[in-house]
Amino acid sequence: MAKVKTFDFDTLSNHAGQRPDKETGSRAVPIYQTASYVFRDSDAGAAMFNIERGGHVYSRISNPTTAVLEERISALEGGVGAVATSSGQAAVFNAIATLVDQGGHIVSSYALYGGTHNLMEYTLPRFGITTTFVDPNDIEGFKKAIKPETRLIFGETVANPKTEVLNIPEVAKIAHDNHIPLVVDSTTTTPYLIKPFDLGADIVVHSATKFLSGHGTSMAGLIVDGGVFDWESTDKFPQMTEKYEGFHNLSFTEEFGPAAFISRVRNEAARDFGACLAPHSSFLVLNGTETLSVRMDKHISNTNKVVDYLNGHDMVEWVSHPNLKDHPNHDLAKELLPKGSTAVFSFGIKGGREIGQVFIDRLDLFSNLANIGDAKSLVIHPASTTHQRMTVEALEEAGISEGLIRLSIGIESVDDLIEDLEKGFRTASKALKK
Amino acid sequence: MYIDVDNHKTYIATGSKEHIDGNMGMTFIHGTAMDHTVWTLAGRHFARRGLNILAVDLPGHGRSEGDVIPSIEGMADWVVKALDASGQDKTIIVGHSMGSLVAFDVAARYPDRIKHLAMVGTSIPMPVGDLLLDSAKEDKDVAKEMVNFWSHSQAAHLGGSQVPGTWMIGKLGRLLERSGPGVIYNDLKACHDYVDGVERSKQIQAPTLFILGEDDFMTPVRNAKELVENIPQSSTVMLPNCGHAIVNEAPNEMLDALATIV
Repeated sequence: MAKVKTFDFDTLSNHAGQRPDKETGSRAVPIYQTASYVFRDSDAGAAMFNIERGGHVYSRISNPTTAVLEERISALEGGVGAVATSSGQAAVFNAIATLVDQGGHIVSSYALYGGTHNLMEYTLPRFGITTTFVDPNDIEGFKKAIKPETRLIFGETVANPKTEVLNIPEVAKIAHDNHIPLVVDSTTTTPYLIKPFDLGADIVVHSATKFLSGHGTSMAGLIVDGGVFDWESTDKFPQMTEKYEGFHNLSFTEEFGPAAFISRVRNEAARDFGACLAPHSSFLVLNGTETLSVRMDKHISNTNKVVDYLNGHDMVEWVSHPNLKDHPNHDLAKELLPKGSTAVFSFGIKGGREIGQVFIDRLDLFSNLANIGDAKSLVIHPASTTHQRMTVEALEEAGISEGLIRLSIGIESVDDLIEDLEKGFRTASKALKK
Repeated sequence: MYIDVDNHKTYIATGSKEHIDGNMGMTFIHGTAMDHTVWTLAGRHFARRGLNILAVDLPGHGRSEGDVIPSIEGMADWVVKALDASGQDKTIIVGHSMGSLVAFDVAARYPDRIKHLAMVGTSIPMPVGDLLLDSAKEDKDVAKEMVNFWSHSQAAHLGGSQVPGTWMIGKLGRLLERSGPGVIYNDLKACHDYVDGVERSKQIQAPTLFILGEDDFMTPVRNAKELVENIPQSSTVMLPNCGHAIVNEAPNEMLDALATIV
């Protein structure tokens, strides 16, 4: 059987999207810290504005440094193209705003990052877009929640912080049976751990602030188009299939075929909403992608040891990680994420919120902050921080208890990390006995 | 827009501009298992410059109905019918890969209809290896993967798209995947079987522009040499670091080259 040998993941993560600079030979991707680009002549300028030539006009729409990042992540995901945004939150919003009009509806897993939940629960309704949240393990629930005005299904590949694994093949089938796309947030997994397009997802969003960047230095987001969804199979997406007055009656599906969605994102969302990524941030994320597989392997191997340690600890009430056999998605994770599922997970400490705070405050290596996916290990108490705007009912629905502590395992010595956690537990144990 | 050709609904991209009676036509013909979208940038450009653009979807490709046509000559005859149906008496004709053979055949056999010929990523003959043909015949996915792989230069396999944020391998891959059952085999076989081209090249009267990729693995430059020499009024633009998928890898250079004949 003939097989086509293309470049492997580690080659693409280092090279994709870049050709060494012709003028200087710069091996690293240059930072094009410029707002705009001189046109060769007036006609070339007109051509650029009318999508007749490739190139850059204005860095809100595209930038040479950012374009390398967009192409690289698209290559790693196996998509047709990507648009970078100023944050992961902007990526989620731009993806939704491209597909859902006023009066539209979203079906989403309720196992979400707090910021995404807030956007869907409180902010999007101001613009006439509503969301029905469903249990990601209730596949029938996704089906039942779909209405005539539903325009997409949304979920996180492995949810933050409770580690629910989205059954992408099953949920994608429900989406496609209803002629709507499945949009997944793969922030915690990155293209190294899972390839959502291969499993049936249509659009992938990332907060590149996290593992893609990997060093907690930059805010960044990405929207990647798989290029497979058939927008013309339904009349639900006139923004993709009908003439767009905002661009001289351009029809995106007619003119861009498989790249219709991402072309609309660039020529509408990037242009009109303006959440563009700074070139220097693109450079920093690109540096992160070069070591992505090496870091993810270390994140995962460290996580495996920390999960085992926590799981047997007498100060721990429960651990939620797909490695564990009692996790509802243990088998699904092994199937969809064979290299490992996530380095971001949660556990419950005995004594609830108060003891949890004592524990967190005693840690030295784990930094108490609102981020995940750093090379350094991180810890936070979601109920009082990232998810504080959720109601008690919504917190319960999402499984976020008062005693829940979220860890993002870094790439330090795992022995030192476990020793740090042990110090915290010793102090917490004393506080509990008082 | 849609026109009727041989009682089949046929799609023609016009570069987002309506045709203007009396204006010169510019006809674009796509390659194996592709469609009009490979010409979007060029079509929009020359439409703005006042040409009537006809970026066709051949029968059984893209949005056009009808059965695929099993020979280059048959496709050429169909293109002339499409010109008639859209009221285009005379046209500049541009083809990529298989489309270049079709454009060439129209120029050879219908010289009165052609003002200028441009052949992008081409050779005559255009033989297709047994491995690829056999895989295509069985409609195996690997046939499309091989076409995608060999269509791009080594450099393009690492990207560097002129269209920001586009992963060229992914984009062409998805386009090829969209083609229906049997389409890729039909097209590759038609290219393989088109053996009279060198002889027919003596009939070409129109000035002819060759746009070739120096790193073309599908139709190596050396295979176009005899063709280039046979056509009296020919010129060649050679693109360095560019493979067969010139429409994907070097749309700007292709546009500049085409602008010289308009």
